[in-house]
Amino acid sequence: MISIKNITKTYRDGKLTALDGINIEIAEGELFGLIGPDGAGKTTLFRILATLVQPDSGTADIAGADVVRDYALIRRSIGYMPGRFSLYQDLSILENLEFFAAVFGTTIAENYERIKPIYSHIEPFKNRRAGQLSGGMKQKLALCCALVHRPTLLLLDEPTTGVDPVSRQEFWDMLQLLKQQGLTIVVSTPYMDEARRCDRIALLQKGQILDQDSPEGIINRHALPLYSIQGPHMFALLETVRSWPGTLSCFAFGESHHVRFHDGMTAPHLEAYLKKKGLENIEIKAIAPDIEDIFIELLRTQN
Amino acid sequence: MPQILKTFSLNYCAHKTKIQMSNIIEATQLTRVFGKFTAVDHISFSVKTGEIFGFLGANGAGKSTAMKMLSGLLLPSSGKAQVLGFDVYTQSEEIKKRIGYMSQRFSLYEDLTVEENIHLFGSIYGLSKAILKEKTDALLVQLEFVDQRKTLVSNLPLGWKQKLSFSVAMLHEPQLVFLDEPTGGVDPITRRQFWEMIYAASAKGATLFVTTHYMDEAEYCDRVSIMVDGRIAALDTPKALKTQFEADDMNEVFLKLAATSNLKII
Amino acid sequence: MKVFLAFLKKEFRHVLRDRRSLAVLIGMPIVMLLMYGFALSTEVKNSRIAIVDLSKDEVTRTLIQRLDASRYFTVTEYLDNPEGADLLFRQGKARAVVVFQEGFQKSLLHTNTASVQIIADASDTNTGNTVAFYISSIIRAYQDELLTHQKLPYRIQMEAQLAYNPQLKSAFNFVPGVMVLILILLCSMLTAVAIVREKETGTMELILVSPVRPWMMIVAKAIPFLLVGLINVAMILLISYTVLGLPMRGNLLLLVAECGLFVLLALSLGLLISTRTDSQQTALFISLVGLMLPSLVFSGFMFPLENMPLPLQYISKIVPTRYFFNILKSVMIKGLGFSQVWKDTLVMAGMTVFLLGMAVRSFKMRL
Repeated sequence: MISIKNITKTYRDGKLTALDGINIEIAEGELFGLIGPDGAGKTTLFRILATLVQPDSGTADIAGADVVRDYALIRRSIGYMPGRFSLYQDLSILENLEFFAAVFGTTIAENYERIKPIYSHIEPFKNRRAGQLSGGMKQKLALCCALVHRPTLLLLDEPTTGVDPVSRQEFWDMLQLLKQQGLTIVVSTPYMDEARRCDRIALLQKGQILDQDSPEGIINRHALPLYSIQGPHMFALLETVRSWPGTLSCFAFGESHHVRFHDGMTAPHLEAYLKKKGLENIEIKAIAPDIEDIFIELLRTQN
Repeated sequence: MPQILKTFSLNYCAHKTKIQMSNIIEATQLTRVFGKFTAVDHISFSVKTGEIFGFLGANGAGKSTAMKMLSGLLLPSSGKAQVLGFDVYTQSEEIKKRIGYMSQRFSLYEDLTVEENIHLFGSIYGLSKAILKEKTDALLVQLEFVDQRKTLVSNLPLGWKQKLSFSVAMLHEPQLVFLDEPTGGVDPITRRQFWEMIYAASAKGATLFVTTHYMDEAEYCDRVSIMVDGRIAALDTPKALKTQFEADDMNEVFLKLAATSNLKII
Repeated sequence: MKVFLAFLKKEFRHVLRDRRSLAVLIGMPIVMLLMYGFALSTEVKNSRIAIVDLSKDEVTRTLIQRLDASRYFTVTEYLDNPEGADLLFRQGKARAVVVFQEGFQKSLLHTNTASVQIIADASDTNTGNTVAFYISSIIRAYQDELLTHQKLPYRIQMEAQLAYNPQLKSAFNFVPGVMVLILILLCSMLTAVAIVREKETGTMELILVSPVRPWMMIVAKAIPFLLVGLINVAMILLISYTVLGLPMRGNLLLLVAECGLFVLLALSLGLLISTRTDSQQTALFISLVGLMLPSLVFSGFMFPLENMPLPLQYISKIVPTRYFFNILKSVMIKGLGFSQVWKDTLVMAGMTVFLLGMAVRSFKMRL
């Protein structure tokens, strides 16, 4: 459905490289995730796909239409949700939705069934001004406005950033529903745990793709022996583990730290070292890496 | 991999007396309204000296507003609050002098260089030229920014800006530091480096008050409060909250909290 | 068409909901007009004058009485000699000093001439001129009275008449001028901000991704403001007529139509600015500061165009306010009809079409 070939985009006369030779293939009906932090290039890529920005080089096709030449055609068939709230703050939910329906030559009534799973959450508040909605509601409204004209492709730029966990979960449930209706969805997010809910993902950092596959595929490909380590005085633990020459990397991961050893080193070796340093009651166990671990590893080696 | 684990040497200046109180922040029924909208709804809590206190919640829950009231930037509509022993209504200037503040939205001047920013904020907080020069050099080494001394802040990547911004907030060695969403949008490594800087500051005796919408960062805090629609829905150590709600992580705590409580998130 | 109507509906909603801006839009012209009309009048009323009467005879007394009785002057001081005039002027105690020579009546009766010296404080040239003029008019009127009783051959009687505005009422000059200024600044500012605001808040991103065509957006944004502009025009005319005493000599319909055209021109200018700037601040700056001075200087409102050096006169030919000011004066004050103003109207219409066309062309289809 989407074919992105060698897209490059720079700003400030080449001083800032937003995208550096990006290649991505997205199949029809896929739920594709672009995972990466701020400045990775996610928004730039979305804007290119939405035909709002032209790449410096490379091509991108959506269902065979070129983003530069055939932009008018593409614009009719995509639903776009930009990175920040882009609806009219002084219009109500209903007025916003009516407007975006009318602008695409349709009405809310015509597509009510399509948007109902999402719209039903906010319909009771349809006369409230968009500026007075909570983050979760704004996001649902923006999604409805993107869907109301029956697009075949949804481009959602960081729809869940900063939103409360409940709404985030609801949002991803809704995306699953939409996928079942046959929509192709491209989502970007900085939350690594959301990566798991996608069919396939691309890890993006500083304009480059670190890897691209299904979440399981990526995890399997970069199978790293990984250990979690826990104990009292976590900060002191972190410093001490890092001071051990056998540690390849050690990062805080909330409740525990995730540690990787140099070849040949094992957990008992570390335990002994820690005991010598006066750190007792340490729990070390082997764990399976998750997307965030892999992302960090790839970041480490990218530099 | 750059390790930002050099210790910060926080030498308390002679004329500053160390606060001996146990609660460095005390808030009672603190409220703030904007017209018809209640941003902060009668919250009561206290922060112990030396804690890393996490203020969690979604965007719009009221975290930033609460923080602004405690740092003397915004007057409350009602309720009481004492910060470092000073009243937020009548002694906000005293508070501002003694705290460090870092906001995600604005922190440094984009069209000034790294060095110029450090100088500017240092002078604002009354650091003498000699001390400032010494600190600037030390800071640049710690952050491994020595080559970026004369770089315009606008040309720095976001993660670097955040780290610099935090360091600038710490320049005058405040005992209480407010950090408003300091890790928004940065890559996972920078995010962790940032928390390591927070740990280091705490190890030296500073109290840190951090707001964030990343639930997993709650784990790094001594105690957390979760704000929903302007009210505090839960307040305890992460461990206690996970036990209370039988959850594996803070994200789950929030989900279960939302499900069980009367708080409807609209 | 439906798309356009949807856009129009939205624009009306925006305008009506922005209460604060509406208040300024409606309130500002009223304030400006009243300010200019009353407080900043260049009329001469109850100006203080001093007299040096070296003659102190019947004629001089009559003349002094006439001066004092007129609503333009009040005699506040009697000086012994003209040298005192300087001090009075410095102290601001008088606008003019009238000096009657010694033996005034005698001289008039016996030699048929007598001289009066009028020393006016011309540090403000406008009032200086006006004061001197009024004083001499009063004296001349008296002279005519005297002369009707005499028969003199080949006497050339000169009558200066100020056509259309014999009392030099300042409102006649100011109202058209203020109207021009208000309309061009206000209307261009409104639309200058309109499109840029969508860029700044981010709503433009979604609009661009839709089938909306540039002309739809541009026209839809102009229409609500056209109505606001016309309401402003109506208010200005109403206030001028009722409160400031401005006559409405010409065809009212023609006047309103010309005003409507000018409003449209100003809106188009604003829209063009809007399509080419990226921040509301810049747009406001360009429309306010960039337009204010040329509109003022080259309209003929403050300074007569004929007195300007030739190159500047050519510049004034591309400044829209010049044509509108002319039209306003012609229709409002002189009561002329369309046949006299069609040329200027055509120029304004042409400018509007050009600006609108440029705005549509400059509209970027991408970010």
